[in-house]
Amino acid sequence: MARDHIRFLLNDREVTLHGVGATDTLLDHLRLGQRLRGTKEGCAEGDCGACTVLVGRLEGGALRYQPVNACIRFLASCDGCHVVTVEHLRGADGGLHPVQRAMVEHHGSQCGFCTPGFVMALYALWMETPHPTEAQVERALQGNLCRCTGYAPIIRAALAMGAHGTTDPLLDERAQVAARLADWADATRVDMTNGQSRAILPASVDDLADVLDQHLDARIVAGATDVGLWVTKFLRDLPVAVFIGHLDGLRSVTQTDEALHLGAIVSYEDARAPLLAHFPHMARYWDRIAGWQVRAMGTLGGNIANGSPIGDTPPPFIALGARLVLRKGPTRREIPLEDFFLDYGKQDRTAGEFVETIILPKPTQGTLHATYKLSKRRDEDISAVAFGMSLTVADGTITDARLAFGGMAATPKRAAHAEAALIGQAFTLDTLQAAARALPQDFTPLSDMRASAGYRMTAAQNLLTRFWLEQSGEAAALEDVQ
Amino acid sequence: MKDSDRITGAAHDSVIHDSAIKHVTGRAEYTDDITEPMGCLHAYIGTATVAKGQVTGLDLSAVRTAPGVVAVLTEDDIPGRNDISPTGLNDEPIFSHNVQFHGQPLFAVVAESRDLARRACTLARIDYDQVPHATDIDTAEAAGYPDVTAPLTLARGDAASALANAPHRIQGRMRVGGQDHMYLEGQIALAIPGEDDEMTVFASTQHPSEAQHMVAHALGVPFNAVVMNVRRMGGGFGGKETQMNLFCAVAALAARATGRAVKLRPDRDQDMEITGKRHDFRIDYDLGFDADGRFLAVDGVFAARCGWSADLSGPVTDRALFHADNAYYYPDVRLRSRPIQTNTVSNTAFRGFGGPQGLIAAERMIEEIAYALGRDPLEVRRANFYRDGADVTPYHQQVTDNILTRLVDELEASSDYQNRRQKVLDFNAQGGVIRKGIALTPVKFGISFTATWYNQAGALVHIYSDGSVHLNHGGTEMGQGLFTKVAQVVAEAFQVDLSRIKITKTTTEKVPNTSATAASSGSDLNGMAALNAAEQIKARLVAFAAEKWGVAEDAVQFLPGRVAVGAEIMPWEDFIKAAYMARVQLSAAGFYKTPDIHWDRTKGQGRPFYYYAYGAACSEVSVDTLTGESRVDRVDVLHDVGRSLNPALDLGQVEGAFVQGMGWLTSEELVWDDAGRLRTHAPSTYKIPLASDRPRVFNVALAEWSVNPERTIKRSKAVGEPPFMLPVSVFEAIGMAVASVAGYRECPRLDAPATPECVLMAVERLRG
Repeated sequence: MARDHIRFLLNDREVTLHGVGATDTLLDHLRLGQRLRGTKEGCAEGDCGACTVLVGRLEGGALRYQPVNACIRFLASCDGCHVVTVEHLRGADGGLHPVQRAMVEHHGSQCGFCTPGFVMALYALWMETPHPTEAQVERALQGNLCRCTGYAPIIRAALAMGAHGTTDPLLDERAQVAARLADWADATRVDMTNGQSRAILPASVDDLADVLDQHLDARIVAGATDVGLWVTKFLRDLPVAVFIGHLDGLRSVTQTDEALHLGAIVSYEDARAPLLAHFPHMARYWDRIAGWQVRAMGTLGGNIANGSPIGDTPPPFIALGARLVLRKGPTRREIPLEDFFLDYGKQDRTAGEFVETIILPKPTQGTLHATYKLSKRRDEDISAVAFGMSLTVADGTITDARLAFGGMAATPKRAAHAEAALIGQAFTLDTLQAAARALPQDFTPLSDMRASAGYRMTAAQNLLTRFWLEQSGEAAALEDVQ
Repeated sequence: MKDSDRITGAAHDSVIHDSAIKHVTGRAEYTDDITEPMGCLHAYIGTATVAKGQVTGLDLSAVRTAPGVVAVLTEDDIPGRNDISPTGLNDEPIFSHNVQFHGQPLFAVVAESRDLARRACTLARIDYDQVPHATDIDTAEAAGYPDVTAPLTLARGDAASALANAPHRIQGRMRVGGQDHMYLEGQIALAIPGEDDEMTVFASTQHPSEAQHMVAHALGVPFNAVVMNVRRMGGGFGGKETQMNLFCAVAALAARATGRAVKLRPDRDQDMEITGKRHDFRIDYDLGFDADGRFLAVDGVFAARCGWSADLSGPVTDRALFHADNAYYYPDVRLRSRPIQTNTVSNTAFRGFGGPQGLIAAERMIEEIAYALGRDPLEVRRANFYRDGADVTPYHQQVTDNILTRLVDELEASSDYQNRRQKVLDFNAQGGVIRKGIALTPVKFGISFTATWYNQAGALVHIYSDGSVHLNHGGTEMGQGLFTKVAQVVAEAFQVDLSRIKITKTTTEKVPNTSATAASSGSDLNGMAALNAAEQIKARLVAFAAEKWGVAEDAVQFLPGRVAVGAEIMPWEDFIKAAYMARVQLSAAGFYKTPDIHWDRTKGQGRPFYYYAYGAACSEVSVDTLTGESRVDRVDVLHDVGRSLNPALDLGQVEGAFVQGMGWLTSEELVWDDAGRLRTHAPSTYKIPLASDRPRVFNVALAEWSVNPERTIKRSKAVGEPPFMLPVSVFEAIGMAVASVAGYRECPRLDAPATPECVLMAVERLRG
């Protein structure tokens, strides 16, 4: 028996909604439906953070809050969650919250429009790390734009927020909130219709397989960091949307002796620790993917399944030899990740099939890894060029090479000619530069607003030199120089 | 009775922004947050999808029958004038069939919800007779496009012969990109129809009076029928000086047509596609100089991408010329503007108003001299600063308040410029792929509207009989803290705590005929007008007290929270109550006009600026010569705000302007495609700086010793725009890092913005 409504906590109130459409956004619900107007719309594409709210959910019985962009968070996906907006913040004395006090004291607002979003992102940070370092603050604020302050006073406020207190009423309410959300966890499918738009939240991964078998045309929505824009920017309809962001069965991270197995809806944020434990070369790269809000929402499976030529995860994953597990009904198949991308907008996924797991082979002795990203702005920008590289070197000779690029072709793609120029050759700068010279045989990049074809090619070629310098222990990138 | 010997929130105190607590709690109300009147409708604008041509068919039948649609408006539905040109050139129709840019408004839909209005807009079927377009300066010039407004020439001496006779001469070209304002709160207007011909509009506008005029024009009613209101904006930066006129006019037309309140808020993409931006410039310079690195002559042509209509392109390109000297004396000079029409959105005001594009040309010429002579650019700068006997600008104003030598000397020492420059040179000599650069650049910025009549302001101050004060003035609050500063002035005048002053929304009902809050003039003008109102009331209070208590007028003193009349001291509120009972008028309209300024544009001569604001910055950067990526490692700023009205707010302006200027010169790039469509129309594609882009070390100080020699409000100086140009030091430091790959033998001649691509291509070019 499916449930025809969603239930969630909004600040200190329970909300029950029937007939929520697939494309209804949390932000519109807050501003128009609930008249909570502290949360602002700045861009409606998850890039400015003015709409940042916290969404808390039970994970393994524990309550965890993360910042999200309400503009592209679909309302239906808030079932069983606790949504916290700026209006709910207060300090232990009922006055300003420590985060708010620090922002006021340090002149952290000017026009004030981005401020509620900054306050909420900092609030999320304060909950985890009340006394953060400057680097932690910057990482927490990668998803928030301010046009007035130049950020300096906001950083000063963030560094001081712990000094204004480390407790608040919401922390005291946690047990109650967790109990309420646990009560609601009924392992029941939600199926709602609003006019032409139908939103389904399967009860489990097996139920998802059933739902997709019944609705071959359904749109799978995980983190909505891309699908959200189809709605807010392009006014696209979603006749049937199947939301999977709540399915804990797709969120597991497990490992064997040989490989790391990442569930399809593991978020960028949750993938960080296990990935970096095995692949430390991805540390800089991973922290340049989007902002915190999008990293908390966006999923590995979504980034792959959506087939974008400029997704951040395929190039490094392909270089590592990633494999993809696809499931349809009870049937599973496993393919190399690079084979999933057939052409622009076309993937090797049949109707009703979904990405279930990403398998990353663990690094082996003698293999050198690197991954680089080039973009107009360092953080929270889409790649002009994304690059992953794995070289196996034995006795000074390259025995295997996997080079994968994003932003250079219609799909994430390996550089076959460049790889051929490497394999069997001595591991020297000359060899790498010979491979760089082969890249034009592999790619004919496009010019667009992110970069010209000429820049893409030249910079991509130069990244092979960067790889050499990095392996040689020389300063190879800005971070290597104080 | 108050015991404190000082009020809280006096002028020169670092008090918090008046709305700070409302900002952090989400209770600050922006236009979109106002509770909508019952039955409020929503409008959305339908735009052209070609860059140039004639609309031959506009089939809106599907739009009209779409769900929720109440009305559709076209150019046939404008009872008044179909024009919102701010300079009266009648070149900017609200809706037009004559398409001049991709995104030109053609019609508007009014529907029961914003979502329905947006969706209905997509149903229009439009046929065009398309003709070739020109989106950039070069193409427009080649196609013989006209200027959108009369160009300006500034000249002194004989530049041609001085150039011919100069021992050193360099000619060059520089391209400087535009910039989107990217205010976090987009454009918005809420129009509410009233009785008869009345219309009340709430909007996010820096220029309520102009919006009032445009709404009145569109509706065909006198100005007195229209009331504009704005409590605060979520950022303006010049982007809401004229650009909200469209939204105000359309919302008002829709409200008039339907008889219901109508709100209009474009989405971010439409906002960026149909509103003007900072002008991009193409600058051709020809300079002569001597062996000591001193300018002998300069000839410059400043061509600007103005877009399809004049908007503010005239005064913007004028101001580019006014700042093409920055801080340097040009013995013989000729500067010409070329405000060329293009098939792009009509470019407009943006913090600095053309000044930055002029100033950066001066700094480029300094670089040319320095690289040509193998000198530290700072030496060349010093050699050319305005000085005794060399103190007349290209517009014939004498520079009498120059403090740059002291400012630059202090910054050079505090930033340890010389040692760090040597370390940068040593670092680069190691020859790695990462290179460094350092530069110290000055700013001199003229303060006053060059439209002289704009240099006036009004204020309205009431004291209620309980002693509380109501403050209103013509300035608008966009985050800069204007309301706080003006309230501090009034608190100081009355000697009451700042908390007694009620700050109120800007409205054309209280102060008429106001100027835009622009040109950094907000506190200069409105602070003086408010002070004038306060002084009028004080004069009445003094006369009243002297008469009532039988003392001389100079025996009446306003003490903190109290008033002393001879030996008697009474609380402020008791004194006010007594004045009220004695029928003293406790309200005054204040007024101010900037003295001593004049400007003859046809002659190119006058004193357009009341005074100059100065500043300097030293920036150090690292550049990756493999990828063109750069990072700002350290910035030291010393900036002149005269005697600051509020040092905390002024520091915020300097820090914020710096990072915004860095964005203009590094990551913010506007890209139009071959179809004339803007491809960078949201933060996903248009990249303003993030927290992690700000300088790794950022030392910002105000020149505390500076006092404005002119009689400005409390001897302060304007702060909004001047610091925007400090990050030219970042741009030049990046250039130095690039130049290092060729041994500094060649001027790197970077174009702006110095994106990774621009930098890498320059590196490749210099490597040859």
